[in-house]
Amino acid sequence: MIPAAELERVYERPESLTALHTNYCPGCTHGVAHRLLAEALDELDLREQTILVAPVGCAVFAYEYFNLDGCEAAHGRAPAMATGIKRLLPDRTVLTYQGDGDLASIGIAEIIHAAARGEAITTIFVNNAIYGMTGGQMAPTSLPNQRTTSSPSGRDVALTGQPLRVSEMLATLPGAAYVVRRSLHDPANIRKAKKAILTAIQVQQRGLGFSMVELLSTCPTNWGMTPADALTWVKDHMLSIYPLGDYKVSDAARELSA
Amino acid sequence: MAKELLKGNVAIAEASVRAGCRAYFGYPITPQTELLEYLSSRMIALGRVFLQAESEVAAINMVYGAACTGARVMTSSSSPGFSLMQEGLSYIAASDLPCVVVDVMRGGPGLGNILPSQGDYFQVTRSAGHGDYHPIVLAPATVQEAIDMTVLAFDLADHYRHLVILALDGLIGQMMEPAELPEWQADLPTPDWAVTGAANRAPNRITSMHLRADESEAYNQHIQRRLERIRAAEQRSIEMYTDDAELLVIGFGSAGRIAASAVEMAREDGLNVGLFRPQTLYPFPSERLAELAEQVGACLVVEMNAGQMLDDVRLAVNGRAPVEFFGRMGGAIPLPEEILDTIEMLCWSLHVVE
Ligand SMILES: Cc1ncc(C[n+]2csc(CCOP(=O)(O)OP(=O)(O)O)c2C)c(N)n1
Ligand code: SF4
Ligand SMILES: [Mg+2]
Repeated sequence: MIPAAELERVYERPESLTALHTNYCPGCTHGVAHRLLAEALDELDLREQTILVAPVGCAVFAYEYFNLDGCEAAHGRAPAMATGIKRLLPDRTVLTYQGDGDLASIGIAEIIHAAARGEAITTIFVNNAIYGMTGGQMAPTSLPNQRTTSSPSGRDVALTGQPLRVSEMLATLPGAAYVVRRSLHDPANIRKAKKAILTAIQVQQRGLGFSMVELLSTCPTNWGMTPADALTWVKDHMLSIYPLGDYKVSDAARELSA
Repeated sequence: MAKELLKGNVAIAEASVRAGCRAYFGYPITPQTELLEYLSSRMIALGRVFLQAESEVAAINMVYGAACTGARVMTSSSSPGFSLMQEGLSYIAASDLPCVVVDVMRGGPGLGNILPSQGDYFQVTRSAGHGDYHPIVLAPATVQEAIDMTVLAFDLADHYRHLVILALDGLIGQMMEPAELPEWQADLPTPDWAVTGAANRAPNRITSMHLRADESEAYNQHIQRRLERIRAAEQRSIEMYTDDAELLVIGFGSAGRIAASAVEMAREDGLNVGLFRPQTLYPFPSERLAELAEQVGACLVVEMNAGQMLDDVRLAVNGRAPVEFFGRMGGAIPLPEEILDTIEMLCWSLHVVE
């Protein structure tokens, strides 16, 4: 046995996460996204100043998983709820954590207007191209020909349109200070995602405007794949439809991300 | 404070400011828009929060978030917009949050019109959204009462941690009357359940979700116990000439006020008619109405709808007296004379039966 004096703690649970076991399926990248956000809050020493707004979706219990003050929004309305909180507590850090059904479908109006107002909130947008929680129906973000329980022969773009690219859309709004897309499919990209989350929160802290980090994410359960295959699927199929990159970095935000 | 000539919507807005409303989120819709317009400058001037939302859906969810911080918050709308708020209202109620919502009812269903109506009675009293609960519902009949009830609404919301709806119609919202504004209320301390950042305490979490049946039923029982306390303590009504009334006219808000004129005319004609005007629609003042039903020969319900409060009256009267109805719909306003006609006919038939 190694003597205790020689042991060094190199990895531990971030203080911003609780010890609860999550409801996420094995291999689901929601867990990775949680960890990154919690690490970022710890590093910025913001745990006690932060309010998290959880979505309706698989992350519905996020307010339990984070060791933060939190609330649970109605489906898609997290940006409106976060607006209400931020307007009353402008010096706190206010976050929304939302899936693609939540943000890109039912809540598209709320996210566009929050960004348009330059609301100083930060959105973590987990895009797994599917409605995870309700059992794998098509989302506006589902890929062309993607099989889902509501597009069993594959998404027919002639009937349902093309995937919605929210980061690209929001980037057109002056109120959006920092809008980037990252991916959680391998360690190098996970590190970049973490950096982007740190920047996004700092953009909020400086009051520079709306910030959002879109994270390409997996849903092995509803994609019908092993967790490893799901990661490969992100790389092989999602990256071409959802190119990674910085869609909007305002001049003031650029200084932070440098 | 001296009386001044005030428009209902503006009076409610200023009363909310003095009652300590910290934030208002809303969307324009006639006949409540003056309320939003007034607060757009007033709140900003006071360094408080005013935000015109992109929709009523967003507005109520902004209110939801703001209420989570423990501040006094409000929105207002009119029937179609109020319909859009239903989901949010249910979430707010199921999160034990104090919150005040003003519904200046207009003619419906559908887009209907912008005329005064009481067609939202079911919507405001039955649940205001999905699930088993009732908001507290206050129904003013004058501008002064609208002011007083605005202050009361915030107090009741905080006291019970419950949703309070001020239900009026465009008549009261847009009419000008002399009225006295309330005193300024001192700021209240932030409640210990508010989400403000978990500094030096365990995290506060606000949710309307209870996944397990036993937890969810226990939570529902908690709401029902609260409603029981509200029913026991908050039934409010106003009476006129009820001591010797043979016929009891019952109406709320504008209809109650117009019915009061008809009752005065009937008294001048020597008819023994009284008025009962519920001020709380939930809790409905059933106890007092049941007592009165023992002593009158008949009841006449007057509403600006097809007969919605009528259900609550029938439940309260519970067969003690016959209950008749006179209503106008879709924005039509009943005239005192036509109510008087019905009163005369009913009084006549009461005596013929004798
Ligand atoms: C108003 C409303 N409509 C529908 C639902 C059902 N619903 C719950 S979660 C969900 C989809 C969530 O998908 P997404 O946002 O992509 O999150 P994920 O589970 O994939 O992380 C839906 C449609 C609901 N709860 N509320
Ligand atoms: S259903 Fe999909 S998104 Fe939801 S937890 Fe499971 S793998 Fe993750
Ligand atoms: Mg999804």
